[in-house]
Parts: sequence; C-alpha cells; structure tokens
Amino acid sequence: MMKVKNKDYTQWGERRQSRMFTRGLHLDIPLLLGIIMLSAVGLAILYSASGQSDAVITRQLMRLGIAFAVMFVVAQIPPHHIQLWAPWAFGLGLLLLATVLVMGDEGKGAQRWLDLGLFRFQPSEIMKLAVPIMVAWYLADNPTPPSLKSIFIACLLIIVPVVLIAKQPDLGTSILIASSGAFVLLLSGIRWKHIAIFTALIATSAPLLWYNLHAYQKARVMTFLNPENDPLGAGYHIIQSKIAIGSGGTYGKGWLNGTQSHLEFLPERTTDFIFSVFSEEFGFIGIICLLALYLFIVVRGLYIATQAQSTFTRLLGGSLILTFFVYTFVNIGMVTGLLPVVGLPLPLISYGGTSMVTMMAGFGVLMSIHTHRRLLSN
Amino acid sequence: MAPRLRIKDHIRESRTFNERAAIALAVVVVLIFIILARLVYLQIISHDHYTTLAEDNRVNIVPIPPTRGLIYDRNGTILAQNLPAFSLELVPERITDVEATVQALSEIIEITEDHRKRFKKQLRQKSAFRSIPLRTHLNDVEVARFAANRHRFPGVEIEARLVRDYPYGHLTAHVIGYVGRININELKRIDTSNYSATHHIGKLGVEKFYEDLLHGTVGFKSIETNVVGRTIRTLEQTPPLPGHDLHLTLDIELQKAASDALKEYRGALVAIDPRNGEVLAMVSTPSYDPNPFVVGIDSKSYRALQNDIDKPLFNRTLKGQYPPGSTIKPLVGLAGLESGKATLHDSTFCPGWFSLKGDDHKYRDWKKTGHGVTSLEKAIVESCDVYFYNLSLQLGIDAMSDYLSHFGLGKKTGIDLPGELSGILPSSHWKRQKKGLPWYTGETLISGIGQGYNLTTPLQLASATATLASRGLHSTPRIVKAFGAGAGSEPMPAALDQHDRHNIASDEHWEYMVTTMVKVVHSIRGTARSIGHDIPFKIAGKTGTAQVFGIKQDEQYVEEDIAERLRDHALFIAFAPADKPKIAIAVIVENGGSGGATAAPIARKVIDHYMASKPSS
Repeated sequence: MMKVKNKDYTQWGERRQSRMFTRGLHLDIPLLLGIIMLSAVGLAILYSASGQSDAVITRQLMRLGIAFAVMFVVAQIPPHHIQLWAPWAFGLGLLLLATVLVMGDEGKGAQRWLDLGLFRFQPSEIMKLAVPIMVAWYLADNPTPPSLKSIFIACLLIIVPVVLIAKQPDLGTSILIASSGAFVLLLSGIRWKHIAIFTALIATSAPLLWYNLHAYQKARVMTFLNPENDPLGAGYHIIQSKIAIGSGGTYGKGWLNGTQSHLEFLPERTTDFIFSVFSEEFGFIGIICLLALYLFIVVRGLYIATQAQSTFTRLLGGSLILTFFVYTFVNIGMVTGLLPVVGLPLPLISYGGTSMVTMMAGFGVLMSIHTHRRLLSN
Repeated sequence: MAPRLRIKDHIRESRTFNERAAIALAVVVVLIFIILARLVYLQIISHDHYTTLAEDNRVNIVPIPPTRGLIYDRNGTILAQNLPAFSLELVPERITDVEATVQALSEIIEITEDHRKRFKKQLRQKSAFRSIPLRTHLNDVEVARFAANRHRFPGVEIEARLVRDYPYGHLTAHVIGYVGRININELKRIDTSNYSATHHIGKLGVEKFYEDLLHGTVGFKSIETNVVGRTIRTLEQTPPLPGHDLHLTLDIELQKAASDALKEYRGALVAIDPRNGEVLAMVSTPSYDPNPFVVGIDSKSYRALQNDIDKPLFNRTLKGQYPPGSTIKPLVGLAGLESGKATLHDSTFCPGWFSLKGDDHKYRDWKKTGHGVTSLEKAIVESCDVYFYNLSLQLGIDAMSDYLSHFGLGKKTGIDLPGELSGILPSSHWKRQKKGLPWYTGETLISGIGQGYNLTTPLQLASATATLASRGLHSTPRIVKAFGAGAGSEPMPAALDQHDRHNIASDEHWEYMVTTMVKVVHSIRGTARSIGHDIPFKIAGKTGTAQVFGIKQDEQYVEEDIAERLRDHALFIAFAPADKPKIAIAVIVENGGSGGATAAPIARKVIDHYMASKPSS
C-alpha cells in the first residue's frame, strides 16, 4: 500500500469500493449473475412446461428464494470453519444414512427420506457436500500428490456413503457423490499412473457390478440400449423426449408453443425432462445459448478454485463446480438418449426443491472461498 | 524406491492444481461439444423424421389391466373373485395443486386420514403420470356427486375397476392370503411394463405363490387424441390376457367343518389325501378377514390384529412349530422294528419312571403308577413313555433322527405356499452345529417321546401322517390341483404329483403299526377311545400332549389367563378308513390339555364330514 502513488490510488478507488461492498456481503458477482440468469431461464421454461401454471411458478419462486438465502448464509461462513467441521458433518451424514437404511428395512419399503416433522429431507443431500468436503479435508492435510495410502483412505471415504446411498437405492445420487469425491482426488494431482490403475480396476469390476444390479436397474440399461423394447415403461420417456427435441429443429417452435409437451406426451416434463421442453421451444440456437450459460458458470467456478489460497479450498471448489457440470451433463445426456435414465434434475431449471437448495449451498461455498481470501501484500 | 522426505510445496501444489483444472475444463468443453453434436443429429439432421413423428404423436398408448385369475375349491366353489368397484383416481402430473384438490374432493366424497396417508405414500413411489387411487369402493351417490362436480377437477377420474373379493373371508385367509397395493420393494421385483395398469399384487398364501399365473398379461390400446389431448377414438387394441384360474385341492365344506370344530380354540388342523398329497383342509384359528387388506386396512384395525394376544395373523399350519409329543411314537416304534431294536413281542417293565445308569434323575411316565409289563402295542395304545425312553436309548439319537427324516420331519414339506417353516428334527450333528454343544443321553430319551428339541409344524405332522397312512408313499403336499388354461377349456393339472415310495418298513410292520393305531381309537384302553364308537369304518390315530415350557419373559399375560396358557398343547393325528385311507389329519390345540379329550373329537368331526360327503377325487 505504501508504494502506491496517490494518483493510482484514487484511480481505482471507486472500483475498489464497489468490490469491497460485494466482498462484505461475500458474494461473487459474475457467479451470482450466471446463476440468476439460469434461474430466470428456468422459470420461463417451467411456466411453459407446467401449462402456464401460476401456482407452480409461485412455488418455484419460493424455493428459489430459500435456495438463494441458503447460498447467502453459506457464503458468510469462512472456509476454514467448513474445514474444521468437515469430519463432524461427514460423520453426521453417515449416521443419518444408516438411520434411513435401518428404518427403511423395518417398515414401508426403502425410504430415502427422513421425516423431521416440519419437513422431510434426504440425508444423501448432506453427503453431496459432505463427501467432497471430507475428501478435500483429508487430502489437504497431506502433501500432494497423495501417496497410495492416502488415495486408498480417500477412496474409502467416498465408497462407504456411495454404497449406502446406492442401497437405498438411488443410483443417480450415488454416481454424483462418487464423482464429486473422485474430482477431489483427480484435482489433488494424483499421479497418472494411479489414475490408469484405478480406471483399469473399475473397468474390470464393471461386469461384477452388472451382476449386482437390481433387475430394474439392468432393465434401465437395456432400455437405454434399445428404448423401443419397452414403449410403455422407461423407453417411453426417451422416445417421447427425442421426438420433442428433434421436432424443435434449429429455431424451435417458440415459447409456449411446444406441442409435444403441451399435449402431455412428454412425461415428467417439469422435472427431469424439462430440457426436452426447452429444446422443443427454443431449438438448437436456444440450446447453444443455454450451454454457453452453463459453461460460463463452470469457467467462473474453476477460476475461483484456481485463485483459492489453500489446498482445501482449491480442491473443494474445483470438485463442487465440476460436480455441477456432471449434473448438467448427465441430465442432458439422459434426455437426449446418450446416457441411461438415472433420474437427475437439470440444475437450476428443473422443478423441485431439495437438490436445488444443496446446489445453491455449494455455490455459497464457492463464493465463500473467493470472498474470504486474505489480501496478500506480497 | 527410496523413501523421500515429503513436505508441502505450496507453489508446486498450486501449479499442479491449475494443470488439472485446465484439463478438466478441456474435458468439459469436449463433453459440451458431444452434447451439441448429438443435438445437431436430433434437431438438424433428423429434424424431418421427428417432425413427422411429432405430428403422428396424437396417439397415446394406454395400458389395460388383465383380469386376475379366479380361485376355486376342488368342487368348483369360488373362493376368490373380482367384483367391479368404482375408485377415485388422480393423475398428479395433470393436477397443479394435489393437496388442494384432495381437500376439495374431501368435501364431496368421504376421504379419511388413512386414505390420505396411503395416497401420499403412493405419490412418492409412482411416476407422476400414472394414476393413483385415492378412494376405492365409491357408492352410487358418491359417483353421482363427483360426476356433477367433475369440471372442477381436471386430472381426477372415476375408474371402474375390478377389486379382489374373498367371499369366505376368515375361512380361507390363511390359505389363499390376499392381494394388496404393490409396495416399493415389490416394484423392484416385478416387470413394471406388465404391471403398468395393475395396482395389486399377491401378498400372502396362494395369491402370492401363484402371482405369476394369476396376474395375466397387460393389454394396450392406442388412443387418438385431439389438440387439447381429449380422446377421440380408440385406434387399435391388444386385449390383455387374463390370468389363469386356479383350482385348489381344498374342499371348502370340509374347511368349514374343520374351522367350526376348532373355532373355540387357538390351534391348527391340516387334512391331506394320503393317496396324492392333496390338502383337503387347512385351518389356523383364530383367523382374520382378508377383504379389508385388499383396499388397504386402516391402521387402527391393523394394529388391533397385530397386537391380538391370540395372533390371528399368524398362520399356525405353516409357521406354528410345536413339540409333536406322543404323536411321534408310531414313527419311533417303526424305527425300532426296522432296526431290530424292538420286536412285536418283547416287553419292557414300566414302573412309572425310567433312569439312566449312574444317574439318579428320574424320567417320569405320564402315568405315575406305571403301565407294568408293556409291549410295543400297549406302549402305543396307552402311550407309555417308559417303553419309548428305553427304545430310544437302544436306537440312539442319530439312528432315530435318520429314520424319522423319511417322514419329512425337520425339513420343509415343499408345499406350494410361501412362508413354510421347517421345524426341528434334532440329532447330535444338529446340536453341535446350532448350539455348539455335545449331545447328552438324557436328551435322547425325551426326543423319543417327541419333547426336547423336537418341533414340527401342523402341516409336517399331517404330511408324516399321510406317509404313515399310505404305508410309505410320500407325496409332497399340494394346495393347487389344476389351473385353467382359458375360458371353455379343461383345467390343466398344476404339476406332476410328486410321489416317492420309501421302502422304510416291511409290509408286516406297516400293518402291525396301523392295527395298533386303530386300537388307540377302537380298543377299550386306547387313549382316543372316546371317539371310537358309532362309526362304520376304522380310524387309526395317536394322541399327543406337548408340554408348554413357559412363557417368554417379554410377554405379558392377564393373570387369570396364565393358568390356561401354561396348559399343555393337545395333539392328535389320525387317518381313515384304516385299511384304505382317504384322509390323514393332524390337529393341534394350543393349551388344549390332553390330546384324547380335546384334539381327537375335532379330528373325528372332520373325518365324519369327509366320509359322509362324496368327495370327488
């Protein structure tokens, strides 16, 4: 500061003041703008998909309100506090998962929900954040790239919750959580040799996994390979989704004009299959814009991660933003028939509350990472 | 590799991270291009194709549920049928506010808290575009009231559905079981396509065991819709294939007679045709009405059933495991004869107790004064325990266990019903495996009179009696005789009857044992002589009394009940006519006291009923 000349100081004084303001609120403006734009697009398309229902929009707005509030609150928590709580949050999450599994065994079938009286929630939601936080916490304490032993322990930290969730059974969420943990490992600089070994391990265990899948999970994979086989079941979704997307063409049929979704051919059009509605009404051009928006958020998130000042925040930030992308990619891949139907919503656009709140909490963490950096004076 | 000193190098870590982040970004971009490529294919290259499909897409495919197969008794009396009923169904996806709609509906149609709960549960389990029943069995007034208000409720329909009905209710609950709403675990097992229009699945009994046959195959119809999605006409239809009808071996009249005879007691009765293993009657009392379970029983009534001290939901015929007591003696006697450890004429002196060498513990006979000089015949007719203490000691536990296993004790009978338990046929090997303890000689003695570790289900006991009645022919018990192949055609036999003749005793020994068992009923000293009069044919039988060792500590009994519930279980096995048996029976009356006094008269009533009617074979 002492070296700064008076002239320079006044020159960027105003900019600094505004930056100080958002820093005080611990918000990252570019990221926030991206999220708001995406939510706005989401509301518009939801309005169309729900058959112009004001009730649906009102409820989604309320959920968005809650989600933004959660994001804001999380952004106020300094990252080193998150780091401090990591093992506790992880332990609590494991405990709740076990509770759900036991209660599900006792009573009315497999239940993913925990009833807290006031509201119900899925413990697996906690794990979406707790797993990357825990793995980052563990790896941050050791020098990177991690040793084989560290990798092994990190894998355990990932596999235990993933198996518990897959048992519920919730394949979609367990895949997401597995990848969020894997991202932390990959970003920590794990050696390519080790990556190769693990890829080989997974590839060889794939047939084993296949035999352990539930009949309905196998059916989903089979349906994915040949949707026409099951025109009434899962295949129906994919067929109708492809018709909606394909008939949208380059420019789309226009907002509120998608016939497939409005004639109720497209199932789950406000939730998992909302991308198909978007594609039908806004066409290829619209999709390019939408994907650009997603890409912008991912790039900003990665940038925040690279600017982070500790190993923990770097790994955590990187993992959160990449998991966000996996969400997006899996959902779009699913509705376009590139991937099996695993039942994941399109982030920030699909109708529904729980996963949106978790996602926004994740963005809150990213903002916290970026706005709690200490200003180093070289 | 030499151990390296590993310390944190922040600059290098940061650099590594940036490299990895860059790679990740590159992968993200590649994946986005893959999506774009896919969309180019769908939206640009195949655009015309999908536009054509979209225009043709006025056709909706709707599944049609198959009619569930009916269940008949052996004489063609219907035991499970489908009655039409109106149900109120909601398609969540077409309703903007489900909560409010249910509330509004409750103002014109009665909807209880239980209905709401059940509906909410299904709401969570099912896809939003499938219809979910909120209320079933609407009456005409309710149907009319809804019809008048229908415009207020888009996405709500009244559907005429067939609902399973069990006209005999309590009488068949434990055999036929019932169907109920498909739960999330069952959803994983079933072929969801075939069940896309089905709401119910077999939960217990025949309904569960033969679910695949009873259910049938779903049908489809293609419906043309107009621009606002209203149905214009049905284009084509693949009718559903109804499920197979089942013809049971059960005789509902005999079932009724048996149930009436047992109704004052807690207990079980199983009657089998020893010639082919067909189960003629299968009663577990008390029973329950299965019909409320079909539409969903309210939680209060369900709790009442579950907490009932008499356990009406418990199927004693398959799951009740009781010590067989003295009913095991004819089998042990045969084991003695076949092994040469007993002969037709040798006798044992019974002073009223028995003790092992070098042990002053007295194993008591039920008759304190003793039976005196006792032959095998007398030992069975009067049910002398000391004779069998001695005989089982001669045989040894493992030889005895081996022989009794020919009668199917200690293993599931393999009947075509779910949930059967296997009982216990103890041996030294069994004890080492299960308890990790060696076998004691004293245990051999009490095993020889059907106490100790021995446990049998009423079905097992009836099946063993059938084997005894048919002189060694072992048939797997069956409940389904045949299944209907379709309207108009003859029912097809369900399965090849599994017969299996064991050479487990010589003809001489079989006849000796049967004659002896006849004396149990028809001789002046027989323990079941009270039922041996006024009868044109001979009954062969054996009484049994099984000790109830005590009540579990976590069970609470009303004080005045204690005495009753500590009383012995009464057992009786029988078959008739003794020379050419057509029916074999096992009866167990919980806390019924003595077999001869309580259980035998019940068996007699059932035998009388069966022999008086002209049973079709």
